Amino acid sequence: MELLLVLLVGILYSAGIYLILRRSMVKLLLGFMMLGNGANILIFLMGELTKGKAPIINGDNIHFTDAYADPVPQALILTAIVISFGLTAFAIILLKKVHETTGTDDLDSLNIQDLDI
Amino acid sequence: MISNFILAPILAHMITAIVLLFFWKNVQAQKTVSVIGNIVGFLVSWRLFALVWENGNMTLQMGGWQAPFGITFVSDTLSATMVMLTAIVSLAVGIYSTAATNISRIRYGHFFIYHFLIMGLMGAFLTGDIFNLYVWFEVVIISSFVLLTLGGKKRQMEGAVKYVTMNMLASSIFLTAIGILYGITGSLNIADLPQHVAAVENRGLVTVTALLFFVGFGIKSAVFPMYYWLPSSYHTPPSAIGAVFGGLLTKMGVYSMIRVFTVVFEPDDFMLGVFIVIAILTMISGALGAINKRNIRRILSYFIVCHIGYLIAGIGMYTELAFVGVVFYLIHDVIVKSNFFMMSGLIQKIRVTQDIYRLGGFYKDYPKLSIVFGIILFSLAGIPPLSGFWPKILLFQEAFKAENYVLLGTLIFASFITLFIVARIWSEVFWKDLPKPNAEEIDHFAPFHMRGRLALVLPVVGLAVVSLLIGLNASFVFEVAERVAHELMNPSIYIDSVMHHLK
Repeated sequence: MELLLVLLVGILYSAGIYLILRRSMVKLLLGFMMLGNGANILIFLMGELTKGKAPIINGDNIHFTDAYADPVPQALILTAIVISFGLTAFAIILLKKVHETTGTDDLDSLNIQDLDI
Repeated sequence: MISNFILAPILAHMITAIVLLFFWKNVQAQKTVSVIGNIVGFLVSWRLFALVWENGNMTLQMGGWQAPFGITFVSDTLSATMVMLTAIVSLAVGIYSTAATNISRIRYGHFFIYHFLIMGLMGAFLTGDIFNLYVWFEVVIISSFVLLTLGGKKRQMEGAVKYVTMNMLASSIFLTAIGILYGITGSLNIADLPQHVAAVENRGLVTVTALLFFVGFGIKSAVFPMYYWLPSSYHTPPSAIGAVFGGLLTKMGVYSMIRVFTVVFEPDDFMLGVFIVIAILTMISGALGAINKRNIRRILSYFIVCHIGYLIAGIGMYTELAFVGVVFYLIHDVIVKSNFFMMSGLIQKIRVTQDIYRLGGFYKDYPKLSIVFGIILFSLAGIPPLSGFWPKILLFQEAFKAENYVLLGTLIFASFITLFIVARIWSEVFWKDLPKPNAEEIDHFAPFHMRGRLALVLPVVGLAVVSLLIGLNASFVFEVAERVAHELMNPSIYIDSVMHHLK
């Protein structure tokens, strides 16, 4: 299971970076989504996977009697998902607006104002 | 010392932002509430700084969960200084925006987002938890995205694409670094991390994590080779927004870098070498980029990049005296860069253009204002006794002592180019006669009502006075910087103030 996730993280990161380097705006957006998901799975993986043990400890137990899943990575991922949701929503609107004002999907054509020195 | 007061600067701006929501369409009320909020924020930050200065570090464990389990807020002298600077700039720019921002921007929530941005900055400076730092970073960048794109002009959109892309990439890298750090140490508290980092056996993994942090913060603070988003976006929003961005956002990256690389990671020779090389390249590319630009704000954008190099070089030298220089330079830089952007906005208001070859005759028309602008320009260049001079001397001296003559040469080169460009701006904009009076170039400043003119000039003069005071009263700033540097070189002070209950 861990090996599978490691491979998945690798694929998501490399595909994400590859897509960001393309010239199309839609691919840029997809690249960011993949990168964000890759980072979330990485955090999940780094917290050490514990199968079928929810991080809920019975109130009667004073000592740990079993191996429980680490709740911190789950909390981190939840926060990171919400943040990346907000950022992605903003990026979609921004790129849509850019497409409307410039009429192109090509990121390389957005350098007009950089030319005047 | 444990105190709830540490949250006051954050809460002041959060409450202001919430109150502003109730005056969504009432422009006049928004301006009043924003200025009051900024004044309260300023007073509270001043008090926080005074408390930290007298009693030492302050900490707050959120919800009573003791470190390292809960989220900690820490204010050491560096944090308190940065909060103080943020408050000064936010007050000045807040007053400036009441006159400089047009009504449609205010109707779409300019002040509301502005206060959230300041809140995010204060949070980033005060937090003691590395994941919490990430969250504050996101608060800041999402607010900055909105401020940058509000208005939706074509050039704003073009700049925003680059800005948004690079900042989202930086966040992803930062998050990855946090994930790996948690995996190898099992902690997120900045004060708790060093003992775990030191215990990790796989040193290669630690170096990789440190480099990931460096790249993440490096993009945010615009160091070579990841700086190009800054000059292509910072001149697109209105000057008031540029002032906050230019003064504070990149410094947030530098602050995080200082924090992480003094407390969490003990940089080895390899890391310090990376710092020095990056600093040299940043200074050279920033300085050379500024030479052939004609737009004042574009010149300034490259100056920001160039002067970030000074700070990174100081961190790379990693001695107590170098840190004194870094902190002093940080204090000077925040004030002067913000003021420079506001000054460029004022010039645009008066002459419509920001192209230095089409400007001129400023000294003849506005002699008093020109003297104020002169103070800003020459403290940026570091003419003694103005504020930029003292930290530069320290950095030169440390580079000389370290026998790193390439670095010393670059520092002098960047300084010289800065002086050259500042002198050129002075002669083109202020001394030279106005080239040919253009019919479109009408003065929007003179017919402005008295209160508006005052709101535009007062913050610029105020920050210029602060620059002058930093230069003339350097001994106090030195004292602050020395204390900060002492705390940075002895991270156990920071760690003990958070973990004292474990003793």
